[in-house]
Amino acid sequence: MRWLRNVAGTPEGAIGLGILLLLGLIALFAPILSPGDPLRIAGQPLLAPFTDPSFPLGTDRLGRDVLAGILHGTRTSLAVGIAAALAAIAIGLCIGLTAGLAGGLVDEALMRVVDAFQIVPSFLLALAFVSVIGASVPVVVVAIALGAWADPARLTRAQVLSIRERDYVASARVIGMHPAEIAFRQILPNALPPVLALSAIIVAAAILTEAALSFLGLGDPNVVTWGSMIAEGRNILRSSPSLSIFPGIALVITVIGVYLFSEGLNKVLAGRRGRV
Amino acid sequence: MTLLEIERLSKRFSSGSRDVAALNDVSLSLAPAETLGLVGASGSGKSTLARILMRLIPADGGAIRFEGEDWLSLSGADLRRRRARIQMVFQDVLGAFNPRATVGSVLDDPLRIHNIVPKADRRREIAALLDRVGLPADYADRSIRDVSGGQRQRIAIARAIATQPSLIVLDEAVSALDVSIRGKILELLVELQRERGIAYLFVSHDLSVLRAVSHRIAVMDAGRLVETGAAGRVIENPHSAAAHALIAAVPRLVTGIPQGPSHDL
Ligand SMILES: Nc1ncnc2c1ncn2[C@@H]1O[C@H](COP(=O)(O)OP(=O)(O)OP(=O)(O)O)[C@@H](O)[C@H]1O
Ligand SMILES: [Mg+2]
Repeated sequence: MRWLRNVAGTPEGAIGLGILLLLGLIALFAPILSPGDPLRIAGQPLLAPFTDPSFPLGTDRLGRDVLAGILHGTRTSLAVGIAAALAAIAIGLCIGLTAGLAGGLVDEALMRVVDAFQIVPSFLLALAFVSVIGASVPVVVVAIALGAWADPARLTRAQVLSIRERDYVASARVIGMHPAEIAFRQILPNALPPVLALSAIIVAAAILTEAALSFLGLGDPNVVTWGSMIAEGRNILRSSPSLSIFPGIALVITVIGVYLFSEGLNKVLAGRRGRV
Repeated sequence: MTLLEIERLSKRFSSGSRDVAALNDVSLSLAPAETLGLVGASGSGKSTLARILMRLIPADGGAIRFEGEDWLSLSGADLRRRRARIQMVFQDVLGAFNPRATVGSVLDDPLRIHNIVPKADRRREIAALLDRVGLPADYADRSIRDVSGGQRQRIAIARAIATQPSLIVLDEAVSALDVSIRGKILELLVELQRERGIAYLFVSHDLSVLRAVSHRIAVMDAGRLVETGAAGRVIENPHSAAAHALIAAVPRLVTGIPQGPSHDL
């Protein structure tokens, strides 16, 4: 946990971490902060924000509580973003490590697959995947991960190719260490930091992709998401702009939080590399 | 009796249009507890020889017999087990250690892999190894990043002797060190040799270092072994042009040369 304290030591990292902690708490305690189904009709439709204390951010066309939607939407956004990023990083690490260590034909084949996934725009891929399989949270997670694993795979492979030539890997071979132990104890931990630094960007991109899918009506219809709230409000953007603006602000704050955190993380990692 | 017998070893590197004969028909042998100094200009193939001997890169042709075995035909688990008998110390005191390792874990790895001592005794063995190379036992808990270059080279030597090898390959092992520390490390290596009968293949481009520790010296030039002989003879009366050039590069090397390897540093 020392690295987390180091990240908090940088100004960007501190703000980013603060935002993310707050969002995490909101996501965790959404059912307590705003009990009940956020999709239920709670009051009069189209209440303006800041008029009724029981609906601080007003209600939408069907009389659903906007604040409740935003609080519960935090859950979906963070959960989908983080799950998709984790899946993308895990796939990327496996493929990159295999390609870098195996070399030769295996490397060639895997890297052509990576090329293919990098050429196809990831949003189109996600869109196609969800429209074919059908919208639910796990499908959305997989769809986003499919478009995001190629970058970490390429980065991991480059790291592995450089690290496997280091003297400490030669030393490990000289003392008779098993190749699997060399891969997982000597190479992987040292290949990880730049890939992890990339992960924050992947989380931010995944959150945006999820919002865009929901906006297009391809999100899970059974959960409230910021993207679907924005889409919902779009029809009456002139008369009640706040319906789209509030979830939009929530989305912007989240993405900025993730970016600031990743900036702080990058600073710490760069500093550590300088020390070695 | 010979410990190591290298016969007609060859290795080419070709990348694109460039094609280098890094080793060309190199043959040499080494007796137990003997130090063979391997000297040569930069690019003459010394490290290539060391890396083939360590089975880090394959040879193109030739044979190596080590402790009576065909060393180049070993593979897989057999090779890993037999690796305990040949160890190596690298030049780069920074790069030779995983930056995330502690001093203790560096020494624990070979002890664990080759099951040198029972698990319960490993900490004590690590302390003994550290003590043997002149470091306090509480260094075991330090990060490898928090010890100096000279101390790292002592740790590298401790790692090399941990598996009780009969041969240690030292590739420019003292070249990166301060002159004052260099003498101390060479002293330690000579002591260990007397104590444990370890043979050294000591690679260096610096004849003054080799003179201090070698029984015999082999001179390499452009991938070929051009001269081999007793250390004193090669320095006093070199036959090859390559040896002449290397000696000329070290001022006043020949004055007052003692008989045999001089261990007074
Ligand atoms: N992996 C490689 N790929 C291509 N060429 C190589 C490779 N390794 C070594 N060589 C070439 O082989 C020759 C011998 O290199 P080697 O490293 O064995 O020399 P050396 O005697 O150790 O030199 P130095 O004193 O500079 O360490 C050089 O010409 C070098 O450029
Ligand atoms: Mg070399």
